[in-house]
Amino acid sequence: MKLLLKIAFRNMLRNLRRSLMTGSAVAAGALALLLFGGFAAYIFAGLETNNVQRIGHLTVFRAGYFLLGAGNPAAYGIDYYRDVIALIERDPVVGPMINVITPTQSLVGIAGNFSGSVEASKTFLGTGLIPSNRERMRQWDEFRASAGYVPDRRMSDDDPSRGEIGVGLARVLGLCGPLGLHGCPALPAARSFSGETTGAAQRDLTDLAARDLAAGAQGSNPTPQIDLLAATAGGAPNVVQLAVGGAEPQGVKELDDNFVAMPLGLAQQLVYGRGEHKATGIVLQLHRSEDLPAAHARLTTLFRQKHLDLEVRDFGELSPFYGQVKNMFSAIFLFIALVMGVIVLFAVVNTMTMNVMERTNEVGTIRALGVRRAGIRSQFTVEGVLIGAIGATVGAVLALAIAALVNHAGLTWIPPGNATAVPLRLDVAGRAALVGGAWLGLAIVTTLAALLPANRAARLPVVDALRHV
Amino acid sequence: MARAAVLVTAATAANPAAVVRLRQVAKTYRSGTLEVPALRGISFEIPSHRFSVVVGASGSGKTTLLNLIGSIDSPSSGTVEVCGEEIAALSDDALSDFRARNIGFIFQTFSLVPVLSAYENVEYPLLLVGMPQAERRRRTLAMLEAVGLTGQAHQRPNELSGGQRQRVAIARALVKEPQVVLADEPTANLDSATGASIIDLMRRVQVQSRTTFIFATHDPKLMSHADETFVIRDGELVEHRKGDGR
Repeated sequence: MKLLLKIAFRNMLRNLRRSLMTGSAVAAGALALLLFGGFAAYIFAGLETNNVQRIGHLTVFRAGYFLLGAGNPAAYGIDYYRDVIALIERDPVVGPMINVITPTQSLVGIAGNFSGSVEASKTFLGTGLIPSNRERMRQWDEFRASAGYVPDRRMSDDDPSRGEIGVGLARVLGLCGPLGLHGCPALPAARSFSGETTGAAQRDLTDLAARDLAAGAQGSNPTPQIDLLAATAGGAPNVVQLAVGGAEPQGVKELDDNFVAMPLGLAQQLVYGRGEHKATGIVLQLHRSEDLPAAHARLTTLFRQKHLDLEVRDFGELSPFYGQVKNMFSAIFLFIALVMGVIVLFAVVNTMTMNVMERTNEVGTIRALGVRRAGIRSQFTVEGVLIGAIGATVGAVLALAIAALVNHAGLTWIPPGNATAVPLRLDVAGRAALVGGAWLGLAIVTTLAALLPANRAARLPVVDALRHV
Repeated sequence: MARAAVLVTAATAANPAAVVRLRQVAKTYRSGTLEVPALRGISFEIPSHRFSVVVGASGSGKTTLLNLIGSIDSPSSGTVEVCGEEIAALSDDALSDFRARNIGFIFQTFSLVPVLSAYENVEYPLLLVGMPQAERRRRTLAMLEAVGLTGQAHQRPNELSGGQRQRVAIARALVKEPQVVLADEPTANLDSATGASIIDLMRRVQVQSRTTFIFATHDPKLMSHADETFVIRDGELVEHRKGDGR
């Protein structure tokens, strides 16, 4: 082996320009793969972080909610959800994995702003949550892919009637002024409605709001108020008033135009009135994403053992966008890898074929001296692999250097599904699987590429090789 | 021709000391539909420890004969026996191992591995037979000294003159102490003075090592050193002379 390497290395240096060209092709392949791979890895980490901060790793639902609950979330409430949370927290397998476990309540209804000169209403998609738990979830950053935690003071456990809404909804409800939002067009005076609700519905909402809130609880509260109308689990209309602590842009316009977050108690009051309060889901945020499959399996087993009519869904199922983006980037990565693989393959085949042609007489000589066919095959294969390995190593070092430069350049971008800019990063360093995989992949491609001409050299009849000029 | 036939018949009589034994060996090359006979039923034996020369005009079949004896080519018919092994019976790997142990080659164009130094070129055959490093080193240095290249041990072939390259090739052929050394026109690419010194060198080491040397040559100087001379014409052995091997 030492002799093989010695001869291979010296031959590489002997044809330095050709070796450099081939090595450069391999290095370019490694560079492209690693930079894009690092970017894709960062995208995946960013998307996962974003999802896990918002909806946790796993959510426990009443069986059937995932497929049918969107039409009537109230009908799929989890009874005794506090007991279920306690059961999960006490479990010796899942319990230690949990960072945050918190109940949520989903609801749909109509939001209206009838204060002062504005009269506007709009359907909404609401989420009831525990503000302090949400804040803890927002601090999760296992992959260091978050833009940095900034405390959100728009909601608080201490204020059970204070929530926040999407910027789009704030615009429609005419809350830009009170919330200090910029760039909002004035609402048309003659058409304060979104058009999604009928005139009758508007009158109902106004009447209900006036009746239920006549107590004047809003009194001296300086924050803008909106009224939320929803059907209770029993089918009766119910209204609560929400103090809008602020508006937060949502990454998707449809959500931005409909989003309302409110304290869990308020959401439960709206959906269940004076009846038993339930929760639509129990969100689990784990310390580490790698525990997700184990936690998922354990919860499924636990619920089956306890005969609980519950199901568990992970964030990938709840947010198909995550999977779609991941698949898209994976497909692009695969495509780039294929293109680079083909380029490297042809470069190495070309170089090794020229090497074999130039050294045919040498092949004949060393075969005559007693080198077996396998020895010839090994010789040329090792040469190809050596060029590939050096090229891939140079490419990896360059990729690490470029990634470090980009990561320190302070560039930002808005990832798909995000509303705010995050730092642009190339996660190459520390991604042993990516670097090792790209290096190994290119090494395999160069080996395969070298094998073809090496095999041709090995099969040359000795006398023909010796006659070759 | 009658004389040659008598000589050939005499040569094919069983000789237990023969290191090379050919029986009715024919070799035909095919180029498309064209068949070109290179050897036409040659039979002879070469005893061990001889300095034998195969002579003949260009295209007479000398190189083909050496290739068959060197087991780098196979006959179209007949049998080639070298060092007691019938070549045709061996697999390709076995033939490689056989050559590594028993045959040394000296080529007209020297055919050194260009990226290896003189020392490494000479050491190369010993690596193929798995010789321990200390013994390899001892033999390589001794061989380089024998061919007068101790001072050039670390020079690459492109840094050596033609004569020096051929000396390296001779050292490489002899270092493993093979039973047979085959040399195809070893002095053809050298000037006459260098060629003469190379012949003297080969003759000297042949005597010392008692290796069987078989040459294919046009060189009259080389013929004059031969213990035995085989004359080939148009693929047939036409004469077998025994010389005094000066």
